[in-house]
Amino acid sequence: MTTAFNAQKRRKTSLTDNGWKGFLFVLPNLVGFTIFTIIPVIFAFGISFTKWDFYKGLAGISFAGLKNYMDLGRDLWFKSSISNNILYTLGTLPPLIVLSMLIAVALNTNLLGRNVVRSCVFLPYVINTVAIAAIGLLIFNMSGPLNMLLQAFGVSDPPKWLSSLEWAMPAVMIMSVWQGLGYDVIIYLSGLQAIPEELYEAATIDGANGVQRLLHVTVPMLRATTFFLLVTNIISSFQVFGLINVLTQGGPARATTVLAYYIYRLAFVYNKMGPACAVSVVLFLIVLTVTLIQWKFQRKSELETGSMK
Amino acid sequence: MRQRIERFRMLSAGGKTAKILLTLLMWAVGFLFAFPLFWMLSTSFKIESEVFSYPIRWIPSNPNWGNYYEVLFEQRPSFFLYYLNSIKVTLICVAGNLFTSALAGYGFTKVRFRGRDKLFLVYLCGLMVPFQVLMVPRFMMFRMMGIYNTHWAIILPNLFTTIGVFLLRQSFQGVPYALNESARIDGAGEFRIFWQIITPLAKPALTGLAILTFVWRWNDYEAPLIFITNPKLYTLPLGLTNFIEETGSTKYTLVMAASVCALLPVIIVFLAAQKQIINGLTDGSVKG
Repeated sequence: MTTAFNAQKRRKTSLTDNGWKGFLFVLPNLVGFTIFTIIPVIFAFGISFTKWDFYKGLAGISFAGLKNYMDLGRDLWFKSSISNNILYTLGTLPPLIVLSMLIAVALNTNLLGRNVVRSCVFLPYVINTVAIAAIGLLIFNMSGPLNMLLQAFGVSDPPKWLSSLEWAMPAVMIMSVWQGLGYDVIIYLSGLQAIPEELYEAATIDGANGVQRLLHVTVPMLRATTFFLLVTNIISSFQVFGLINVLTQGGPARATTVLAYYIYRLAFVYNKMGPACAVSVVLFLIVLTVTLIQWKFQRKSELETGSMK
Repeated sequence: MRQRIERFRMLSAGGKTAKILLTLLMWAVGFLFAFPLFWMLSTSFKIESEVFSYPIRWIPSNPNWGNYYEVLFEQRPSFFLYYLNSIKVTLICVAGNLFTSALAGYGFTKVRFRGRDKLFLVYLCGLMVPFQVLMVPRFMMFRMMGIYNTHWAIILPNLFTTIGVFLLRQSFQGVPYALNESARIDGAGEFRIFWQIITPLAKPALTGLAILTFVWRWNDYEAPLIFITNPKLYTLPLGLTNFIEETGSTKYTLVMAASVCALLPVIIVFLAAQKQIINGLTDGSVKG
């Protein structure tokens, strides 16, 4: 064993004179990464095939096969979580992408006070979700400022928002767009800076008006940025937790439960670790699929556009 | 050609009214985004009966500082304890994460070792693991390790982030390798090259990562919620949640005052370092 080890070591040092030192630099992080990420991922898959009464310790484990996964098919909370999560993704994605692109384009001109506007839009991003949710509780209160405003505009029967089956999810989505839009704007702004000014000049000389320049120069040139934001937003929309936990706790009924919330609920409210891990594996597969699609398309667009970077 | 340039001028002149309209529209957008925060601030100075009074009272008639006094001095455990806990956890995470990430970032760019690129691929995969997959196994591990319900449970995993390695590797790649070679010829050891030559050159990226880590850890909610149950160990977001649950939806003035208290440090950091936050975020985006 030791000789093999030594031989291996010698081979490595001959590869480059710094072989082992290089590894030492990565080692501290790698140890932590292994303990707190790699091993838990493997565990999560393992636990998803068991029934584990955690408070009985290791003796409480029994193999359950695919039962946890099969049960999900009949689980109303799981079904609601999936459909609500898709609804949430589809509902937040278009406003996030479209609004943030328009705002970024407007802020990219030499507009008076643009830095102040940018700060206002970006500020909610650095605020913690609990405070965001607390503000949501206030604003969406049945007799809160939003409904007062709606009534002032003649809406006689404004929605009950967080306690209404139909309006609770839109309320969550509005808070989430408010919180997340600033990030997208920032990323778009940096994407816009990479578009050469000459393209706009050429388009203007060819008689393109503002809207045409937006559609035929800006939007296509921002394609890579848009794609990146689509993917990041989809992934984070499948991990939304804080807003739901503080604003609605999945309710009323199951109207706002989403995957991340349901995993938390299964594991830490009902102490069902096996099913919780099964749902988390489903979540993982969704995120994985989206990421793999990103990798594939990114590689493809890199081949098409040559060395864009 | 001349005609075309004329048209170009005309278009920009005609854009003047459009420009004013656009400016006003953007101000409206900024106002819309700031409004909930303004409302929070305004509510925090109200007395409870004013909160939902109609017509809307934008600025409370008589600023009521009592809400802040009650939040800061009449709670058990004290809000100041939450501040201390948050500061402790956040600072340790920032320092530790910066250190391990810089080391690994250096190792992944400046020193060649076998399997390095494959290992980095594993790190890239680590980037996409959602926290929800890790939380149940971590919960169990932490109980077995005896760090459940201690600050270590929220500190330790955050000392070794993949995003940190990713960001710093990217910035070290921009530092020319010739610096390493000349330093080596001068007889400097590898760690000294890392610490005294390369790291100082990556200062903007380090600052960016430090501030981003600060904001993320300061706002962390899900992990503390799961791993901390002792109120004396609560960080600000947990303290705030606890506060919302206890006072319920009956005392908005207090909840808003508590929110303002929890936000203040991060807003100060935001105002002071907005540029670095933005740089940190954009560095890790499309270029990756």
